Amino acid sequence: MEFSEKITNRIGGETLTSCYQCGTCVSSCPIARITSEFNPREVIKLAQLGVREEVITGDAIWLCTSCYNCNERCPQKVEIAEVIYAMRNMAFEASNKPAIYAEFASAFKEQGRVVPVSQFVEKKRADYGLPPLQPTGVEALQKILAALSFGKTSSKEGEDK
Amino acid sequence: MKSYALFLGCTIPARQPSYELSARKSLSRLDIELVDLPNMTCCAPPPVESINLEANLSAAAYNISLAEEADLDLVTLCAGCFQSLAKANAILKQEEHLKKRINKNLSHAGKEFKGNKEVKHYLQVLKDDIGLKKIRASVNRPLSNLKVAAFYGCHVLRPSGFLRFDDPERPRILDDLIESLHARSVPYRNKLKCCGGLMRGISDDIALELARDKLVNTSKAGVDCITTLCPFCFVALDIGQIQLRSKRQETYDMSILHYSELLALAMGVKPEEMALDTHKIKVDKVIEKLE
Repeated sequence: MEFSEKITNRIGGETLTSCYQCGTCVSSCPIARITSEFNPREVIKLAQLGVREEVITGDAIWLCTSCYNCNERCPQKVEIAEVIYAMRNMAFEASNKPAIYAEFASAFKEQGRVVPVSQFVEKKRADYGLPPLQPTGVEALQKILAALSFGKTSSKEGEDK
Repeated sequence: MKSYALFLGCTIPARQPSYELSARKSLSRLDIELVDLPNMTCCAPPPVESINLEANLSAAAYNISLAEEADLDLVTLCAGCFQSLAKANAILKQEEHLKKRINKNLSHAGKEFKGNKEVKHYLQVLKDDIGLKKIRASVNRPLSNLKVAAFYGCHVLRPSGFLRFDDPERPRILDDLIESLHARSVPYRNKLKCCGGLMRGISDDIALELARDKLVNTSKAGVDCITTLCPFCFVALDIGQIQLRSKRQETYDMSILHYSELLALAMGVKPEEMALDTHKIKVDKVIEKLE
């Protein structure tokens, strides 16, 4: 299967092929204003052309700040931020990921929350007169995540789901 | 009295007591009951979306299903939680095949997303359920001397087709709520641009550059404070100023206040009753200007 087809088959990637390269996204992008390392139009073009390596192993897809300005203004209704998430999901499965997101993934899965609540925090909350925190549903979450192979990398190098 | 399931998320209960205290105190004075349900989890924000979009939709649907079981609509204080939950709620209500797929995941935990509840950010509760008139009437320390920069951030506004929070290019809700406290909402350049919060830890230089743009433009507009509705915008601008001081030797001394903190102050809640001293950038200048 073509790389671009693998993207459009995924949740979030469906609208990739509608892009006609007008550049409205770039002129709306706060990141493209301050660095040449991220340009949403180019990321979409590379994905359409099937340049897998540059998309999946490069830094560009991780520099989107998810502000959704491009999504909002795209005349072709390409959901650019979502397409970038779909590509990040593929990069993650191929073990290309920023360290901080790997930390998020394990905190999410192990504790059901991405910011830990220590005994110190619990005590401070009581001092402030805030109610004790309710237990998290981490066990339910783990069952749900197990059903969708959360955080697993694919078995073969260069293979995408 | 109207009741909501309060979705607190991860960051606010662990790190922003002043946000939680001011929101609980002001909403209860306005006859909104906040119910703390057990077994909620993280909303599955952009870092989780980056790892696995299906996990994001499933976790959001799981949390919404808890509110459905309790027969309550959900309210969030965090723009990130709002976006995760409200987007998933809208998508899964619209797309039957995706709802089936996600419900198959939820069935492993004995849960089901039905799609019969609403997800709101608390500013919508203030404007739509309570109304500007009643908020204005609740003010006993008017903020008439304050010039305020309203900062919306990104994740309450966009993607607007799913979130339906306000006009994504010309929002008014936060400006209207500020003015209902008798303060002046002052325009400034790049008002709707991102705070850079999600770039923290990915590219700290880009994150600071975006935060700096906000601080430069609001300073030029001569405001007394920036008002936020999101814990990450707050961190980007509050702790961001400490980083700009050490990395670039730039000092802005701009007070950052969540809207609920301004609201509680205007209602007469004392700063020490809502832990306002936990802000990195002190807010004394704002408090001195209260009537």
